[in-house]
Amino acid sequence: MSQSELTREVARRVFAAEFNDSTYAFKESDDERAPNYALLPTGDRANRIFLVGTLTETEDVGEDSEYWRGRVVDPTGTFFVYAGQYQPEAASVLRDTEPPAYVSIVGKPRTYETDDGTVNVSVRPETISVVDDDTRDRWVVETAERTLHRIEAFREWEADQEAPESASTAPTNEYAQMAREQYDSPVENYRRTVIQALESLEEIETEATP
Amino acid sequence: MSDVRQHADDIHDQFSDHVDVSVDDVEGRLRTLVDEYKVPIDEARRSVTNHYLDESGLDREDLSSGSSEVVEIEEIDEPEQWVDVTAKVIELWDPRSDSVAQVGLLGDPTGTIKFTKWAKSDLPALEEGGVYELDNVVTDEYQGRYSVKLNSTTVIEALDEELEVGDDTSEIEGALVDMQSGSGLIKRCPKDDCTRVLQNGRCNEHGEVEGEFDLRIKTVVDDGIDAHEVIFDKDATEELTGISLEEAKDMAMDALDTTVVADEIREKVVGTYYRIEGPTFGRYVLADDVTELDGPADPEELLIKARSM
Repeated sequence: MSQSELTREVARRVFAAEFNDSTYAFKESDDERAPNYALLPTGDRANRIFLVGTLTETEDVGEDSEYWRGRVVDPTGTFFVYAGQYQPEAASVLRDTEPPAYVSIVGKPRTYETDDGTVNVSVRPETISVVDDDTRDRWVVETAERTLHRIEAFREWEADQEAPESASTAPTNEYAQMAREQYDSPVENYRRTVIQALESLEEIETEATP
Repeated sequence: MSDVRQHADDIHDQFSDHVDVSVDDVEGRLRTLVDEYKVPIDEARRSVTNHYLDESGLDREDLSSGSSEVVEIEEIDEPEQWVDVTAKVIELWDPRSDSVAQVGLLGDPTGTIKFTKWAKSDLPALEEGGVYELDNVVTDEYQGRYSVKLNSTTVIEALDEELEVGDDTSEIEGALVDMQSGSGLIKRCPKDDCTRVLQNGRCNEHGEVEGEFDLRIKTVVDDGIDAHEVIFDKDATEELTGISLEEAKDMAMDALDTTVVADEIREKVVGTYYRIEGPTFGRYVLADDVTELDGPADPEELLIKARSM
């Protein structure tokens, strides 16, 4: 086994709006066991994500065996979370938790193509835990920060593309390049969702202060 | 600014206190070597530096290192500084991207720091355990943690000496995303100096033994950039979970099963944000000081940044 297979994949922080746009999935090698990645439109790859949001609905959509679907809402959209017999712990949390509740989820991105060709992106959870609102708020701020960082790196790369003769210490950014090839939506959209997410926290704060 | 110009600037900075020479003159000499004679830039730089050393009658040691400053690792506390460090390569990690040639951990007697070497800078490979003088590296900061980046102007010199690496305390702020097997209420081998964790009542070294109970948790704390493996010993586990070793034994006794302890701990800690400080042992951080991050998060500063981008 090579070293890279032993290295644990980092859990990316990504808002629902960007995650649901991450419809392009790829592998880095032809090896059967090579990890799958979702391509984030802001130019990074994600084999695992960490999210915190409000569980608003749970439903057993399985036919023969239990297959739980949860809707988890963040300030920018909804994550769809599916857990069945191979994720027994996560499935039991979805079964036993009464919505609405704040939950934190570690999971893997999965894409699914419907009959009409639309690609849906969902989360296959490794763990689901019930958490408090401070954890949710902290995640929103953290995810905003990580997203802005990706956007900055994307723009640096773009600027570098436009002025290739200038020797810059900016790194090449292969996932920014891939994102530009695969996706139409500009990164500016995700800057707006970051602002939207952060403003939603501000509003809550303002309401709380008399 | 072109690479050659950057090198010329560096050399000029080194000599400007000693010799009356213009940057253009330095650049001209470099260009002759690089463009006409196809000399690699490092070699050209050495050669041009030697030329000015001769001309000025100076020794190499007399030179200031120009725009970059010789620093110890613990002094690095500002991004985008050009510095020279002498350090040992403690560990090489697998680059996550093809744009990175090498990434890993450097150490000197004052501490450790992450380094990144870009593929496009085309520098010689660093070896694990090797001690190097790295001139002209750039500091970077992310989430309060510093790193150094080797770039195309960096000069790498392998040193034939040993370097003591200082004790390193890590500080991690992130979400506890996983609890690994071998966590919770465990049994250790009671033989002197053994303390191995028993598997099904057996010690790898001493066979079947009457084990002694202990508490520990092996976790992954993920800050969105790296996944850190963090170990909580008995004291840290008791403090983190509020479950003492005695209580854990009682729980296991009631359930006739030790795994109930791990389950209960998992429910308490997974998915929560912590700040963890402690010494690093290989790939593990030993949790010494643990704080749950449960205060309100402040979006204000980021909002200003996001709006101005």
